[in-house]
Amino acid sequence: MGNPIAAVKPAMTNVYRRQKLRRMVRNKWLYIMLLPGLLYFIIFKYVPMYGLLLAFKNYQPFLGFVDSEWVGLKHFNRFFGDPLFWKLLRNTFILAAYNILFFFPLPIILALMLNELRSQAYKKWIQTMVYIPHFMSWVVIVSIAYLFFTTEGGLVNEAIASMGGEKVQFLLSPGWFRTFITGEVMWKETGWGTIIFLAALAGVDTQLYEAAKIDGAGRMRQLWHITLPAIRSTIVILLILRLGNFLDTGFEQIFLMLNSLNREVGEVFDTYVYTTGISQGEYSYSTAVGLFKSVVGLVLVFGSNFLAKRFGEEGIL
Amino acid sequence: MVKETSWGSRLFDTFNVIILAVIALITVIPFIYVVAGSFATQRELLEKGFILFPTEFSLEAYKYIFSTSTLMRSLGVTIFITVAGTLINITLTCLMAYPLSRRDMDFRSPIQLLIIFTMLFSGGMIPTFLVVKELGMLDTYWSLLLPGAISAFNLIIIRSFFQQLPPDLEESAKIDGASDPGILMRIVIPLSLPALATFSLFYAVGHWNTYFSSILYINDSTKWPIQVLLRQIVMLSQGGSLGDTSSLESNFIPPDQAVKMAVIVISTVPILIVYPFLQKHFAKGALLGSVKG
Repeated sequence: MGNPIAAVKPAMTNVYRRQKLRRMVRNKWLYIMLLPGLLYFIIFKYVPMYGLLLAFKNYQPFLGFVDSEWVGLKHFNRFFGDPLFWKLLRNTFILAAYNILFFFPLPIILALMLNELRSQAYKKWIQTMVYIPHFMSWVVIVSIAYLFFTTEGGLVNEAIASMGGEKVQFLLSPGWFRTFITGEVMWKETGWGTIIFLAALAGVDTQLYEAAKIDGAGRMRQLWHITLPAIRSTIVILLILRLGNFLDTGFEQIFLMLNSLNREVGEVFDTYVYTTGISQGEYSYSTAVGLFKSVVGLVLVFGSNFLAKRFGEEGIL
Repeated sequence: MVKETSWGSRLFDTFNVIILAVIALITVIPFIYVVAGSFATQRELLEKGFILFPTEFSLEAYKYIFSTSTLMRSLGVTIFITVAGTLINITLTCLMAYPLSRRDMDFRSPIQLLIIFTMLFSGGMIPTFLVVKELGMLDTYWSLLLPGAISAFNLIIIRSFFQQLPPDLEESAKIDGASDPGILMRIVIPLSLPALATFSLFYAVGHWNTYFSSILYINDSTKWPIQVLLRQIVMLSQGGSLGDTSSLESNFIPPDQAVKMAVIVISTVPILIVYPFLQKHFAKGALLGSVKG
């Protein structure tokens, strides 16, 4: 007695295969539509990933990608052996920590303040104003910072001078660099950052407030016992996401604020990749630096996603 | 009955209103200053330093800008990049999002996985630069249009949006003999216009503000978008050690404050004009984006 299932199985897969083929022919237009996008992802996303192999080669432009010789971990050894590596790590780390410490709480506070407003019209008006800088380019933001803080006719320095003070080299001194980077982010993104918290706050059941009022809770107690717990999970998930992008300290902004005098504290992984790779043409070495950053970034993203799930959130993946 | 407004509560409200007004002012005053300064005379700027309303209204800065070919050319480049780039973005994104939204299509999940992976890991700056270089796109507008043609993030959101549309509509269209491209054009896209408008705007703002990719891919200063030129103009006269000034022509005269301000205004004005009309869409789009795709 043979196994009937075993006999049926090949026939079934054949039927499935034929059905699938027929479905694919019927859906041919879908595949044609998909084609440009797929090509895009392959050419501009996956070919560069393959190009990461450059980090293990000695790229010679005249030899080309394939014929350049393999050098193993040479570039990585050079990078990790360079004291510069620690400087980059430190700069990136401090800027990221500043961001979390000083910028991260601001949108939450602002959203809570907006949420306490009684006049909806006033709330809308304030929102309109504080969202604006988000849509400005970093070039514009940094340019405005220059106009305000330069020693050559900059507003702030003129004010200091007119009060008898000495002009301060805000933009050229390493001591001010981190303050400026964090301050600019605070100014540009605080308003926009409120959106997600305001949405979370809009979802709070108003009956909770009614009940708290009847129990005699003042506004501070309502804030503490109802409002904050309501947005707690949003805060946690955003913080974790931020940790996942820890190494991504606004590249364009830093690039624009960097100059030869503040490079000591301002150089981060991305800007270093640009300088060594594009300006000095050391393609292989800077690819290795970039690869290091990508891999650490990937680990951070997965780590933070794991954390998010531990906190009972849905996670991002 | 509980008292609605206690004394402390009212005090809190007053403070809240005032502090928020101060925050809003801190946000917009730098812009107002720049706009005002761009209409002021150089003399007034030097004498008063800070003005929010120029008393000697002057169009000199703008006259100067509109008479220089460099600035007008850059502005033209930026407008072209924004229009062409957004068109490419939205066309390619829709074309790809629609098949991925169809549950009856095979290979859907592997393709989506492939796309999501690019959000987590990338080849990075140098390998991407070399690909663009190998394709012969350096110093062409293609290098500003194609490498960012689809945002994986927006693609996933738009796909989810398409997926929510009632499938009955598509089925009845199919019975009426419509092809897949026909369904996309006549049913899916018209029904998704608000979402597509929002994402077109996000894409457009990105193109208008594009800076770094032009630094990376465009050496030819006649092809610079306005943001690159803005940086050169504002930071050039801040002392020789700043920025690389070598790329500017040697006979370039450092402009005065008013001109710098006017360039900032010109490079932001289109965004400021569309902004009030689209504010609610922007906010909606940001939320769509922050909720998991």
